[in-house]
Amino acid sequence: MNLSVQIGKLTLQNPVMVASGTFGYGVEYAQLLDLNQLGAVVVKGIRLHPVRGNPTPRTAEVTSGMLNAIGLQGPGVDGFIKKYWPFLKKLKVPAIINIWGKTVDEYAEVARRFDALGGVGALELNVSCPNIKEGGAQFGTDVKRLKQVVAACRKITELPLITKLSPNVVSIAPYALAAEEAGSDALAVTNSYPAMAIDIETRKPKLANGTGGLTGPCIKPIAIKLVWEAAKVVKIPIIGMGGIQNAADAIEFMMAGATAVAVGTANFYEPQTTLQVIAGLREFMQQHGLKDVREITGSVQTAK
Amino acid sequence: MLEQTVQIVSNERDTDSYFRLVVRTPRIAPLIQPGQFAHIRVLPLKDALLRRPFSIFQVSGDTFSILYKTVGQGTEVIARMQAGEELSVIAPLGHGFTVPKRGGETPLLVAGGYGMAAMYLLAQRSPQKGIVFVGGRRRVDILCEKEFQALGWDVRVTTEDGSHGKKGLVTQPLIAELKRSTKGRKLFACGPTGMLKAVGKIADDFKVPAELSMDEHMCCGVGVCLTCVIPVKTADGPRRAEAHEREGGWEYQRTCTEGPVFEAKEIVWEVTK
Ligand SMILES: Cc1cc2nc3c(=O)[nH]c(=O)nc-3n(C[C@H](O)[C@H](O)[C@H](O)COP(=O)(O)OP(=O)(O)OC[C@H]3O[C@@H](n4cnc5c(N)ncnc54)[C@H](O)[C@@H]3O)c2cc1C
Ligand SMILES: Cc1cc2nc3c(=O)[nH]c(=O)nc-3n(C[C@H](O)[C@H](O)[C@H](O)COP(=O)(O)O)c2cc1C
Ligand code: FES
Repeated sequence: MNLSVQIGKLTLQNPVMVASGTFGYGVEYAQLLDLNQLGAVVVKGIRLHPVRGNPTPRTAEVTSGMLNAIGLQGPGVDGFIKKYWPFLKKLKVPAIINIWGKTVDEYAEVARRFDALGGVGALELNVSCPNIKEGGAQFGTDVKRLKQVVAACRKITELPLITKLSPNVVSIAPYALAAEEAGSDALAVTNSYPAMAIDIETRKPKLANGTGGLTGPCIKPIAIKLVWEAAKVVKIPIIGMGGIQNAADAIEFMMAGATAVAVGTANFYEPQTTLQVIAGLREFMQQHGLKDVREITGSVQTAK
Repeated sequence: MLEQTVQIVSNERDTDSYFRLVVRTPRIAPLIQPGQFAHIRVLPLKDALLRRPFSIFQVSGDTFSILYKTVGQGTEVIARMQAGEELSVIAPLGHGFTVPKRGGETPLLVAGGYGMAAMYLLAQRSPQKGIVFVGGRRRVDILCEKEFQALGWDVRVTTEDGSHGKKGLVTQPLIAELKRSTKGRKLFACGPTGMLKAVGKIADDFKVPAELSMDEHMCCGVGVCLTCVIPVKTADGPRRAEAHEREGGWEYQRTCTEGPVFEAKEIVWEVTK
């Protein structure tokens, strides 16, 4: 039975990875599960400089999901390399670095630094964080700037590039195409949805930031539609995510067109989710007589 | 840190407002240090997915217990659960209290709400007995007074309505005690943020060391999501950061990992909510 998939020139032993920002830098979960069983480990978004992040409260629970406005707190490239890279580089599975910047040049500079580091599995360009004023979704909701970011990073590195798209657009197709044309090796669909919750006693937003990004099982059907729409227009592989809790959810994303999947919010309440998804995927393939996991991708049957 | 599905041994009302939950978990129980917490997934909850953090109260053989108040959907569901039913637990988590050494500082404990539960293990494992100041709004808010007395500790109760102990705030008898003497004394506190802030200020005024267990909203409980952060002093802010990120010389640290227990003098109260 083949579970391995290809993201650009990167081979994953199975299609199940974690979503950036929901798994720290990997090391935090090492006591609870064997990271070497995963398809890849994806780290929290990193820019060139350290970032303090937003004031608290930063998250709020909502029905079947949560809001977050962390504000991309992080140690910066140097801090990351010093503190977390020694652990990550020893893993047997690829480490994918989620990067962002406030300008096109900064994206390119961060890409250059990680290219020079050696041993990085892939770069995921976060052009879709809804919780920061500059950078992030500014690039992911403007086709021209999206192209500039991807092209600038493409020029600097041969590492596989994954462009993480924003769901906050009328149609995802032009963004998916723009990323592909600019040289992205894969797409990640999707980041969180801009959203809000209010405490009715205090009449204040539940997040200090006012609004945040909605994630978890409540976004799954909308995310699946986005993957399906993107898959119709691009040839590059798609990493599907948004509310995955079990193998059935992952298979749905794959049938919609995803080559691989990422588990996000579910890690917070069930750190074993990724391993359960991998086991469930094997079981599904056995039951349905599938020899290759890639047979699932795009196998949804829709009326023409 | 381990993740286990555990069985409820007992789950009973402890006072008018608190319940006592005991779970069996032979692998986790021996690892627990004073001030650490358990992150509990209430398995019967289907659309509120996140775990809930609770301080560990007592450890006995292969079990541990928590004292909890019903304040929302999670705790209300736990309150209806019965012996034999299951919960998922990740524990022990967090950086706890520094247990005083024999012949070391005399511990003065300050507690409000579930803070008494959170400091029981500290009192039990401290070779130095001390004083515990416990406060609440009413009599029913005062937890585990007897348990602390049974350990041979001097328990000083205050309630805001005077229904039990002295009338007033928990900080009043603490200040009186520190006026008597500060020598060789160290404060440990756990309770509502307002109380912790007051204790932090008292520690500063009297120049005594203090460890505070901070209560922040949590999500993952293991350090990955960056929900639970509080502002902590750093030499010059995060190094190499842009200027506005270094202002004030502090950075956000995680209550679930670097905390919940922090040294009072590290916390930048002006920035907290
Ligand atoms: C380190 C730590 C240790 C804790 N130890 C204990 C303990 O020993 N005993 C105990 O009874 N409680 C403790 N708490 C608080 C406990 O986690 C919350 O009461 C619980 O999460 C509420 O869950 P719920 O689903 O019932 O309420 P929800 O429906 O989630 O919320 C109901 C109300 O409770 C408030 N709430 C939610 N989380 C917290 C929190 N962290 N602190 C204060 N209020 C909160 C919400 O704002 C809301 O108003 C601790 C919290 C932390 C961070
Ligand atoms: C607390 C939190 C932090 C996140 N941080 C990042 C981040 O740094 N970079 C990024 O590209 N996506 C980030 N995300 C988005 C996730 O990677 C993922 O796209 C999204 O959560 C949808 O998946 P889920 O529903 O399974 O969580 C974050 C999500 C959460 C909940
Ligand atoms: S609760 Fe997630 S980092 Fe502390």
